Amino acid sequence: MDWTIWLEWILKGLILCLILLTGFAYLTLYERRALARIQVRVGPNRVGPQGLLQPVAEAVKLIFKEELTPAKVYKVIFILAPVLTVVPSLIIAAVIPLGTSFNLFGRTITLYVADLNVGVLYLTSIASIAVYGIVLAGWSSNNKYAMLGGIRSSAQMISYELSLGLCFVIAIIMGNSMNLNEIVNAQKDMWFAVIQPAGALVFMIVTLAEVNRAPFDMPEAEQELTAGYHAEYSGMKFALFFMAEYQKMIVISMIAATLFFGGYREFWFLKDTIFSVDRFWFLGPVYMLLKVVVLLFFMIWIRATWPRIRYDRLMAFGWKVLLPLSLVLAFVTAVGILLAQELNNPMIIWGIPAVSIACLLAAVAFIYRDLRRKAHGRV
Amino acid sequence: MGVFDPIIELSKGLGETLRSFLTEKTVTYQYPEEKRPVRPRFRGRHVLKRYDNGLEKCIGCSLCAAACPADAIFVEASENTDEKRFSPGERYASTYEINMLRCIYCGFCEDACPTEAIVLGDNYELSFTDRRDAIYNKEMLLEPVPTEQMLTPRKVEPGVFKRSVPAMQDPTD
Repeated sequence: MDWTIWLEWILKGLILCLILLTGFAYLTLYERRALARIQVRVGPNRVGPQGLLQPVAEAVKLIFKEELTPAKVYKVIFILAPVLTVVPSLIIAAVIPLGTSFNLFGRTITLYVADLNVGVLYLTSIASIAVYGIVLAGWSSNNKYAMLGGIRSSAQMISYELSLGLCFVIAIIMGNSMNLNEIVNAQKDMWFAVIQPAGALVFMIVTLAEVNRAPFDMPEAEQELTAGYHAEYSGMKFALFFMAEYQKMIVISMIAATLFFGGYREFWFLKDTIFSVDRFWFLGPVYMLLKVVVLLFFMIWIRATWPRIRYDRLMAFGWKVLLPLSLVLAFVTAVGILLAQELNNPMIIWGIPAVSIACLLAAVAFIYRDLRRKAHGRV
Repeated sequence: MGVFDPIIELSKGLGETLRSFLTEKTVTYQYPEEKRPVRPRFRGRHVLKRYDNGLEKCIGCSLCAAACPADAIFVEASENTDEKRFSPGERYASTYEINMLRCIYCGFCEDACPTEAIVLGDNYELSFTDRRDAIYNKEMLLEPVPTEQMLTPRKVEPGVFKRSVPAMQDPTD
């Protein structure tokens, strides 16, 4: 193997890490400014023009902050846990394509670190590993609240991972591949979010639970658990948890964009125009960035709007509503695509959105009935 | 309540936050540059007032020090002469100190003062790096004079400023 290939991989990995790290830094600023704007405040605007250097100031503060290790923690795990949380959130982005390819020094550079033919499988497995860090942090802290946070987190993530996996399945069926590049290219003619809007919606809800964001931020419910699993952490170790959380937000938005919103591709109706990524390679990362920013805004927006839901309802929602619903949606998608192939009529594809939205509304009706029954005391 | 009311209500919430994000003006005061005016009855740092002619209102009676529940005020009085006149009447405050760390800004000194010399002003930016700096002396508390000639002490015509407490204009006031 040529040494330049190694060099290319290392450089691409490094650049990806840097993108995620700076992305994390500016996501915190983005979130604070957007939240502030929603709450009719200004937000941080002192450090640098419009507060653009705020993340730098915060990094400096966190690095120089005293790091406290409580006396009765399990030291090795206590130190290892933040690392175990950050690493998966970084490496998960390796398979996500950020664009097509371009030529540099006579070689074709592709805009993804790894072209894995089981890319979606990789995503699910790494997303599952991420929960270890949180559980271990909660357990090693030797603190009841941290422990509760860790346990809640593991229970929540395992419950919602099933629906997440089924949403991945929907994308795999529609893309006819587990390779993320091929899934993106399959969306050249139509985004999967248009063919399967209910699936995209369920995916977005589940990802909120996966990254512990409001309204599913149970593991770190401040009012109930002080800070949850990172209650005993301070200084840079705490910053690592914070970093992992926000990087997970970015990565999960990238995954959502890749699976349902055309990845690095343009709008489907722009595919033969000058705005196509096939024309200019550099539009790929730009589109990706725009999609991620919009999806992140949704997360911030939801955080600003909806209250946290109760823990038992969170579990009930995951197991009793989202899991059956995503199963049905996967089934509907598979049947629709199979029928379109067997009957040789591509118009049948458009039955998928109709049926899946009907399923979604049925699920809403079921929730309503359930809530009403509870309100009237009949079980 | 209809079947889809939960969805409608959730969307209404989202719409409300989006509306405030897009349309509402922020209410923030950019503090050090842009200060918010205080309320009329705000009790901030004390100011020692002067009469319109520049003489100090304070006559060194120590009633404020007596009224002060935190014992934050220290007053020392001295004799006025027509050669060196600080305030109308016999005496003036040669030392007037308020310890801002002890002061509770209750305003009793204001109420006790017979000449309305001490007034709680609108300055709330009191910060010190040393406890000694918390003791405000007379020079720091005294209202500045508009012109040079109005400075105290000054030479005045004999026999004009005999009354320490001004005559009451309207007894019902």
